[in-house]
Amino acid sequence: MKPVPERPFISWLPFYTLLQKEIRRFLRVASQTLVTPVITASLYLFIFGATLGERINVVEGFSYAQFVIPGLILMGIINNSFSNVASSLFMSRYLGNIVDLMVTPITPAQFILAYTLAAMIRGLAVGLIVWLISTLFAPLPWAHPFSALLMAALASFLFAQFGIIAAIYANNFDALAMYTNFIILPLIYLGGVFYPISILPPVWSGLSHLNPLFYLIDGFRHALLGTGDLSFATSFCVGLAMASGLFAWAALLIGKSYRLRN
Amino acid sequence: MTVPALAIQNLTKSYDGKPAVNDISFAIQPGEIFGLLGPNGAGKSTTINMIGGVTRIDSGNIEIFGHDNRREYRTTRSTVGVMHQEIVIDNFFTIDQALKFHAGYYGVRDDPAWRNILIERLGLSEHLHKVMIKLSGGLKRRFMIAKALIHKPRLLILDEPTAGVDVELRLTLWDFVREINRQGTTILLTTHYLEEAQQMCGRIAIMNHGNLIALEETTALLQRLGTQSVLARLAMPLEHLPAALHEYHAELTESGTQINLVLSPGQTSGDLLHTLCQLGLELVDLETRRASLEEVFLQITRQAGSSGGETP
Repeated sequence: MKPVPERPFISWLPFYTLLQKEIRRFLRVASQTLVTPVITASLYLFIFGATLGERINVVEGFSYAQFVIPGLILMGIINNSFSNVASSLFMSRYLGNIVDLMVTPITPAQFILAYTLAAMIRGLAVGLIVWLISTLFAPLPWAHPFSALLMAALASFLFAQFGIIAAIYANNFDALAMYTNFIILPLIYLGGVFYPISILPPVWSGLSHLNPLFYLIDGFRHALLGTGDLSFATSFCVGLAMASGLFAWAALLIGKSYRLRN
Repeated sequence: MTVPALAIQNLTKSYDGKPAVNDISFAIQPGEIFGLLGPNGAGKSTTINMIGGVTRIDSGNIEIFGHDNRREYRTTRSTVGVMHQEIVIDNFFTIDQALKFHAGYYGVRDDPAWRNILIERLGLSEHLHKVMIKLSGGLKRRFMIAKALIHKPRLLILDEPTAGVDVELRLTLWDFVREINRQGTTILLTTHYLEEAQQMCGRIAIMNHGNLIALEETTALLQRLGTQSVLARLAMPLEHLPAALHEYHAELTESGTQINLVLSPGQTSGDLLHTLCQLGLELVDLETRRASLEEVFLQITRQAGSSGGETP
């Protein structure tokens, strides 16, 4: 056996490799990670855009399809950003192969960043495809395109952090599914994807303002349509505060290797 | 003075107040093949996991080539390769993909030449493009060895590498380990096959109940603690064993023509021969056999078990 020359240590390579692995992981099962969410969103588009939508009018100047599309795009982004990191990290913990990372020189910051970016890429890819399909049903005015992209990225980042937190705390598959079924889905459905909060009676409207998803959905819709229940700045600031809080929480867990090292 | 490849000082780890590793200290010099032995639950894997960074240290220090494995974890982890006892793999990828990823995790670019050497030497060539979930147990173990070596570590830790693998792989693995050791890689290994440890390791440490109960050169350990068995074949059968042979734990075979004897540490074959001659026994043949590491291991761990397991 010939001696193998020493290779220099490249500081950023562990991050890049984990990011690459995470992207290839979801591409490998694209039928579950990209196609399924797009089909789900397309069904919503068909029901609310092409059938029922013709008979509903909730916002002056826009069809119901135009109203509902931003919410459906954001729903795809949120669900997929969350489930990408939650399922991958939880599976690594569950199967024990997380030790493969724990013995390497990857830093906590690189660890979080790689999982977050991969989750954002999947979430935003699903959002992009849903938007492309939605153009078959109704065009969007793209009133503030930069703000729309910013809000989409913020929502994606926020739910990637939530996915990390859920993957760390979940003890089994049922517990992980509970985060989706009992937290994310109700918050999305009650957060104004299908109706403007302003049409609700005052009590329900007030309660909806406690729903963090409302700010993300309303902000995103505001950026795309140019109108919303709140100002874009308010929605963005609330979203940023939530994202910062969840990031700090996730960073604390990963920094301490909570439930990753014994 | 040479910086040790691994220096462990007063290392302690408890789970729920129960000590798993109890204030152990030892050092491994660069280029050694060092065996860490002990019964199940002795604390070997906990020690290895603390070296690798999978388990947190309660107290004490671990230095790898002079670097603290907590303060300078990026340096130490990039110089260590760990093959864990449990099979841990990512079922999503093929052997080839996973090996490339592992090089990257360690901060080194994939080196196709080195990767190919590992693949070839560990008999993985035919299975390169199979996803992990389709591999047999033996192939998974082969892959795990390749994975631990992909970044060319200076210290290789093998935790029960041959558990549940066939004889062929065992021989291949040990040949390969010796070869990379000759090229400068320091090896720390645990194994339940004590014969392997005896053949492979220059020095051996034995752990029991979290304590380090022996640490010596393998040959010295065998000489100091190893008993020697002797088989004496007689020209004329005996009816009864002479009392003078009781101190040698003698046993007479049914035919009466063979006596099995044991030389404890301190007793020599010369003494035994003298006694046999004094008894007037006519010998046809005398066969001696030194006790294996397995016998020494059992002797030490039983002693430590009965005395509560003191640290030397």
